[in-house]
Amino acid sequence: MWSDRINWADIGTALSQTLTMVGISLLLTVLIGLPLGILLFVTGKGQPFARPLGYGALSFVLNIIRSVPFIILLIVLMPVTVLITGTSLGIRGVIFPLVVGTAPFFARLVETALREVDRGVIEASLAMGASPIQTIFRAVLPEALPGLIAAVTVTAIVLVDYTAMSGAIGGGGLGDLAIRYGYHRFQTEIMLVCVVILILLVQLIQASGNSLVTRFTRR
Amino acid sequence: MIRLDAVTKSFTSRQGAAPALHGIDLSVGEGEIFGIIGASGAGKSTLVRLINLLERPTSGDVSIAGRRVTDLTGRDLHALRRSIGMVFQHFNLLSGRTVARNVAYPLELAGQLTKAQIAEKVAALLARVGLSDHAGKYPRQLSGGQKQRVGIARALANDPKVLLCDEATSALDPQTTGQVLDLLQEINRDLGVTIVMITHEMEVIRRACDRVAVLEKGRVVEEGPVTSVFLHPAHPVTRALVREAEGDAALVATDAAPGLHLRLTFTGAGAHQPLLGRIARDFGVDFAILGGRVGHIRTTPFAQFSIALTGGNGSAAMTALRAAGVTVEVIEGAAPTFAPARVERQFHVV
Repeated sequence: MWSDRINWADIGTALSQTLTMVGISLLLTVLIGLPLGILLFVTGKGQPFARPLGYGALSFVLNIIRSVPFIILLIVLMPVTVLITGTSLGIRGVIFPLVVGTAPFFARLVETALREVDRGVIEASLAMGASPIQTIFRAVLPEALPGLIAAVTVTAIVLVDYTAMSGAIGGGGLGDLAIRYGYHRFQTEIMLVCVVILILLVQLIQASGNSLVTRFTRR
Repeated sequence: MIRLDAVTKSFTSRQGAAPALHGIDLSVGEGEIFGIIGASGAGKSTLVRLINLLERPTSGDVSIAGRRVTDLTGRDLHALRRSIGMVFQHFNLLSGRTVARNVAYPLELAGQLTKAQIAEKVAALLARVGLSDHAGKYPRQLSGGQKQRVGIARALANDPKVLLCDEATSALDPQTTGQVLDLLQEINRDLGVTIVMITHEMEVIRRACDRVAVLEKGRVVEEGPVTSVFLHPAHPVTRALVREAEGDAALVATDAAPGLHLRLTFTGAGAHQPLLGRIARDFGVDFAILGGRVGHIRTTPFAQFSIALTGGNGSAAMTALRAAGVTVEVIEGAAPTFAPARVERQFHVV
């Protein structure tokens, strides 16, 4: 039986590692990327705090990070990772590069989601005597909620992808397992099982994201 | 209540400064419903936004209730805006909030009431606009007219002294437009709120406004009581707007009919007097009706006819008509569209 050759305990461990990495990185990515995205939005053209220079600088830096392929970013960031977490291996070693890799991406998605909010709503809020900050927190962010949920969903899926990649440099998780057993030891079954689990995981994230978006869309 | 003194506004773009408003002087009295009409691009939206400083004037001054507000910033600016309600063409409601929470929004911003007080006030506001049954619905579940009622309730939440309406009825069908205009007039009457209404439709001005300013390419080209501007438009732009609303029958002088061409305007109770027949009998004159319009300006009835007078004693008939309170204008010349009448503005509202 093909399944006898699979160490299910290993797969369970790998799955829990993947979930941990995705979970922690997603939380940190949102915590860092959301303010960055808001900053991009408010400093952008035609917005309450339009600052072309500040926007340009922030945008430039985020674009640089986004242009580096993640696998290279992992390697380039290793010294910094070691400095911050003490190791470049395992879950601890991989969360920092994951967050650096996805926060700029998430920030862009947040910026786009906020820009989707009807300008008339912003104007109405200001006309009612709201300060720009009140307008952003009480009108723009709540109105953008479905878009923000969609952004988190997409980012979570990218994180699943990146965690698999980080397996290549010893990050652990399902990707790591798939490469070590499936690729290096020619145990194709394990690779297949890992891939199937990853597929299910991505489908699950997307489906939950979609249902939340629907639930919070009142437009 | 609202005064604009020599206000100009230019927008700077890559092509340089584009002037949007040139030296606007306007004064809106307390408790008045003041209309500002003009074609799109005339600068109406910019003009109304100067009043609550959503746009800053490039030069000139804005005063509200005798206080110069042109340079207000921060808290003072937010307080000023809370005292001025605004209603929008596309309603601009928060889609993620229920009707009740949309109306509560400005109260939450002001932060002066407790939750219970806010709930009480929201209920009263929704009752005023007739939406008590819809408090828990989301904006997308409402019709356009209902959405605008929510917009009006929201604009009234902080008990403003001034209400700005930016094309508040332009996205609504005619029947709903009428209901919303009735509601606005009711609010003006019951609460004494001064209303400034921007529109491109003369019909809205006729139904709801006391006075009107006509805006064209950033300038006020005509201004006055609606009864005067609507019945005796002097500027070509105003005439075009009236013609758009009424058809050109009332204003066009046809050269085809013989005799003395007159435009007779009856306003107030006089509009319902059986006057023309009596004049015809008394002075032996005959008349052909060349065109006409009958209706109401707000609640004042009016009738306006272009007639061709023949036979009898024409000038005595004119004197008698004037004595009866009718505004008589002699239409001169044979211009095909708008021969400038010798305007005699004598307003005996009978």
